[in-house]
Amino acid sequence: MSEVRYTDQHEWIRMDGDEATVGITRHAAESLGDVVFVEVPAVGKAVKAGGEAAVVESVKAASDVYAPVSGTVSAANDALATEPSKVNDDPEGAGWFFRLKGVSAEEFGKLMDEAAYKKFLETV
Amino acid sequence: MSTESLRRTPLHALHLELGGRMVPFAGYEMPVQYPAGILKEHLHTRAKAGLFDVSHMGQAFLSGDTAALERLTPADVAGLKEGRQRYGLLLTPSGTIKDDFMFSRLEGEADLYLVVNAGTKEGDFAYIAQQLAGAVTLTPRPDRALLALQGPMAAAVLERHAPGISGLSFMQVARTSVAGAPAIVSRTGYTGEDGFEISLEGGDAERVARILLGEAEVLPIGLGARDSLRLEAGLCLYGHDIDESTDPVEAGLVWSIGKRRKMEPTFLGGPGIMDALTHGTARKRVGIRPEGRAPAREGTEIADTSGRVIGKVTSGGFSPSLNAPIAMGYVQSAFAADGTALNLLVRGNALPATVVPMPFVPHNYRR
Repeated sequence: MSEVRYTDQHEWIRMDGDEATVGITRHAAESLGDVVFVEVPAVGKAVKAGGEAAVVESVKAASDVYAPVSGTVSAANDALATEPSKVNDDPEGAGWFFRLKGVSAEEFGKLMDEAAYKKFLETV
Repeated sequence: MSTESLRRTPLHALHLELGGRMVPFAGYEMPVQYPAGILKEHLHTRAKAGLFDVSHMGQAFLSGDTAALERLTPADVAGLKEGRQRYGLLLTPSGTIKDDFMFSRLEGEADLYLVVNAGTKEGDFAYIAQQLAGAVTLTPRPDRALLALQGPMAAAVLERHAPGISGLSFMQVARTSVAGAPAIVSRTGYTGEDGFEISLEGGDAERVARILLGEAEVLPIGLGARDSLRLEAGLCLYGHDIDESTDPVEAGLVWSIGKRRKMEPTFLGGPGIMDALTHGTARKRVGIRPEGRAPAREGTEIADTSGRVIGKVTSGGFSPSLNAPIAMGYVQSAFAADGTALNLLVRGNALPATVVPMPFVPHNYRR
């Protein structure tokens, strides 16, 4: 049973067992426009909650992707290097950015659930 | 910035109807893109035709002793023939670049028709009026709209609504009518493609825009693709690639200095500019192709292969036509030759890059 949470920086994070998958939300992908470049973190890198973990660039601009929670990068979506448009086509599926292990359930639990994120989107 | 303080062009309602994503730009609320997105809008303009609202730009007429403008620009103003348009640099008192602009001499008219950049227009107009007080009268025309129709099919499209217009050559200009509306049409643009800029009375703009957008070849294009198109074409963006800290020589815009003007440099900063022409400049504007896919944005530091910083990117992004990043910037002149290996310092990494000739994508002008 996987659970998805969201940040106010428009990342999503899904827990599957002891591994979390991170990407940017459909709202973020649509705001960015056509994604032309993605830089994902190296496997083994330790990331801190709220710290820069990846970069996503549209034709117009570069944006940081932040780690929603602390952890160690266990996988990165290397397919985005050659097919960055996956971020637009399927932001909450094939367009995932990286996976984390060693995630604290408490940190995860503090993030917004889907209903709270939807409410948050109405304010931005 | 609150959107209430932003100005609107006569096409504002049409932009909203077309789903334009409106952003603040040079004091105006302008569409950065439409639902098609920047990549599609860009590629469509290169393949067919795109319609741009550039009504935020500054249009004006200059009357009186128009040749007096030669004090403020190194372009050949006096020698401009009727029916021709020319690119000029507006100089500061010290000979750096206050703005770049287009000027036209219309058939049978004494006045010059000027188009300057949106973000600088008020300052430009005040400067011209003050510098040339007594010799000229400058009449800004904020009431006029300006459309650009750009792309290889632009001429075929416009010909349907302005018969005979495809007889104009690159940099020619004429008063005509477009779909029955009085217009000043020039065969110019800011994309590197064949195309036209169409100056209209504000009240005619929406009707004419709708007619042009009704043609199968034409999509509306936002500011995002306008920027990626001009960068591929190697064209400068004022306030980024050129500004009051750059001079015409280091900017590589010597071609805009008239031959006669070089013989007798009576323009502001003339001696300094002629000295730079003769002895060279410390830095030069160059085109840059980064390896890999990571774009190097404006402000990115440029280093030599040993890591010493020798310049800065002034425009950088992704080229939809080349499916690769491109940039332009200034480097120390020793590093300005085509083929020179450089490093771009992007997020702490040194990314290999090469100095290349511009344009990045060949111009497709109808000469």
